[in-house]
Amino acid sequence: MAGLTVPETDNTLQGAHVELRDISKHFGGTRALEGVSLTIDRGSIHALVGENGAGKSTLGKIIAGAHSPDHGHLLLDGEPVRFHSPRDAITHGVILIAQELAIVPALTVEQNVFLGVEPRQAGFQNRRELRRKYNELAASVGFELDGGAKAGSLRTADQQKVEILRALCRNAQLIVMDEPTAALSRPDVEALHKVIRQLAKNGTTVVLVSHFLGEVLELADTVTILRDGRLVQTVPAAGETEDSLMAAMLGRSVDATFPAKRFAAADAPVVLSVRDLVAPGVNGVSFDLRAGEILGLAGLIGAGRTEVARAIYRANRVQSGSVIVGTGGTVAGTPRAAMRAGVAMIPESRKEQGLLLTRPVKENVTLSSLAAVCTAGVLRPGPERRTVRDILARVDVRGGGYGLPAAALSGGNQQKLLFGRSLLRDPRVLIADEPTRGVDVGAKRAIYELLTSLTASGLGLLLISSDVEEILGLAHRVLVMRGGRVTAELTGDDVTEAAVLGAAFGTEVPPPSKEVRE
Amino acid sequence: MSQPQAATPAPEKPGNAGKNGASVAAIFRMPQAGFVGKAREGGIIYPFILLFVVLAIWKGSTFYGKTNLLEILDQQSATLIIAAAGTMVLIAGGIDLSVGATYALCQVIATKMAVHGDPALAIIVGVIIGVGVGAINGVVVTFFRINSLIATLASSFVITGAAALITGGNLIIAYSALGFANFARTQFLDVTTAAWTMIGVVIILGVVLARTMAGRYMYAAGSNAEASRLAGVRVQWIKLVTFAISGGAAALGGILDASRVLSASSSNGGTALTFTVLAGIVVGGTSILGGEGAIWRTVIGVLFIALIGNGFTLLAWNPLYEQITLGLILLLAVGGDAWSRLRTT
Repeated sequence: MAGLTVPETDNTLQGAHVELRDISKHFGGTRALEGVSLTIDRGSIHALVGENGAGKSTLGKIIAGAHSPDHGHLLLDGEPVRFHSPRDAITHGVILIAQELAIVPALTVEQNVFLGVEPRQAGFQNRRELRRKYNELAASVGFELDGGAKAGSLRTADQQKVEILRALCRNAQLIVMDEPTAALSRPDVEALHKVIRQLAKNGTTVVLVSHFLGEVLELADTVTILRDGRLVQTVPAAGETEDSLMAAMLGRSVDATFPAKRFAAADAPVVLSVRDLVAPGVNGVSFDLRAGEILGLAGLIGAGRTEVARAIYRANRVQSGSVIVGTGGTVAGTPRAAMRAGVAMIPESRKEQGLLLTRPVKENVTLSSLAAVCTAGVLRPGPERRTVRDILARVDVRGGGYGLPAAALSGGNQQKLLFGRSLLRDPRVLIADEPTRGVDVGAKRAIYELLTSLTASGLGLLLISSDVEEILGLAHRVLVMRGGRVTAELTGDDVTEAAVLGAAFGTEVPPPSKEVRE
Repeated sequence: MSQPQAATPAPEKPGNAGKNGASVAAIFRMPQAGFVGKAREGGIIYPFILLFVVLAIWKGSTFYGKTNLLEILDQQSATLIIAAAGTMVLIAGGIDLSVGATYALCQVIATKMAVHGDPALAIIVGVIIGVGVGAINGVVVTFFRINSLIATLASSFVITGAAALITGGNLIIAYSALGFANFARTQFLDVTTAAWTMIGVVIILGVVLARTMAGRYMYAAGSNAEASRLAGVRVQWIKLVTFAISGGAAALGGILDASRVLSASSSNGGTALTFTVLAGIVVGGTSILGGEGAIWRTVIGVLFIALIGNGFTLLAWNPLYEQITLGLILLLAVGGDAWSRLRTT
């Protein structure tokens, strides 16, 4: 096991693995961290939590050498070290697995794992040796992952395993994981949790940066809470609850996460009528959406939820079936036509499908409604500015700075900006695909309130979310998808976590109980 | 919705935490690196002014004189027109390598027609053919989804070949067509009509890009094509239009130059012109990745390169160094763009 990590002795070597002393970091004029000191024990799982922008990712990156602190220092096994680059940190056994995975899609799993440290023979790759070493490494942590598969063809969870194996084969003794489960479906989350526990059991220290408080409580030994770039406290996870962590993160206690549901009248007009829709990933879906209704679309990743949304919006080609908006307009052709028929969509990935990141906030907001601020095709700056200001106030993005690039906004405000763009079209139907992904707790609440108030004013909302609690908390009615079909429709008291998960997994038996995440 | 990170250093601000009461700075929390941000914003202007002043005060230089400056403007008319249109192509996320070829093709067609017939008609037909060639490029790029770099490289061979077929490889002389000469050589307020045409075209294209829906869509298409499509922008149509404009501009430039020298050849323009145009656009600060840039930048970029050439001539420096200087400046411009992107995103 030449490749693998931890000499047995490390298990006995308890105590401080990494110590941070008085770390500060600024980006331009913005303070990211201020005077943070903490100790991470060897072989522990140490979680860093906080709102977006609290500094948890920055702290993780400082530990792994991706950022260097402006002030303060780092002790590794009691020795002061200064990492000049992630590469530098790797030689000290500290590795970062970033949110955006760094795999080479065209290479195989084993080539990715041993990238840069391939077994060589006279300058050529020794494939047999590579396979042998890979199998040995994978077996030692209990991963069942075909070394010959193309890394690009793997699911995200498996790609993460590739990164973990890569870290291990470089003798990682401390792995920093930045939001490792953010993009995973629930079974994959559990699989990854198992891996993380296994790593810690083998003596690897894991620093876990996570939004999911349930996950943190389930996995971590110790939790460090950050707020505004400062350390609030470092405590044993065992004594904490989600509420106590949340209160510490926000510096205040939070009331119920979801606004009260305001159900639509049963005889409210149908605003969207989908019949026998067949499209890539969609195998015959039919449903009605009424004015004022929030219809949740649940299911596992890959079940076809996003595909339904894209087919309705005509972002994907539709093979057959019909989509009728309101009383008349059949949607046909292109997203432009769907938009004109009164449908708006907040796409799944705001950075890739939603925003013009390099363009000013203003241009992002009015992109879909330029005609309203133009005379004969010429822009009128005054009306445009007023339109932007009014709509951003409505979706709760405050302040000026409409000339700054959209990339400068926080995740929550970027998402709200997209809502603003959609609302300018005054749609009858809004499709929101993962509207709170990667958004901090406070902004989530604001988005929930926005969704609720929009539907109260007569809009029909189709809500797609991988967060079951979100579906349960917001939707008036839930469709559960599996394999491109709607497998269950849940209303009223039937909308429970057990029912949703049961239908999503396709099991009659109530699904894995609470221990999954709570 | 507290925006914790950038909130004031005050440790506890309970009132602030409740709603989205954070400051502007908190909402737009991207660090604006002062120097880099400003350098990118102003970009080419400072080196341009510096070069201008140096050339003007250089001992014994005849640079700063009405004759020389107007001469530069006149000579750069075609390049500026083509580069202004090319800026739109780049901003919308494409690239047009066929402008040098289109320049030659439309030049020989128009000149040939002018020799035998009405010069005005010749000019109009030439420009229309240029728009048509550009539109074909656009269709190939959008409808057939062929990368614009390759599509226009391929079409430039076809276009050059067509131009050579028309001329039979000979120079077309139009000394007899004095009406044709009027197109570029008439003086108005001491400025040639070539330069006036350029000024008009540049202003029109600049306004279209900066102040109209179409211009906004060009930026959008180049910044994020998929997001624009989902937002209801007809991305392919917009891209096609930029190629058509580029083709028309190349034709106009070619015809202006032919009118000035009263001759045309299929070997005029070509890759040398294409690369001068691209260099001007990029030196000006328009991104080759699309979604960023402006026509005024291109004007400065093209003139900057022209000043370097003019300086070498006037000061009788070894012209062999001119190319080396140009290459280094281009590298600097692209490198600076990449570097500032790294720093700000």
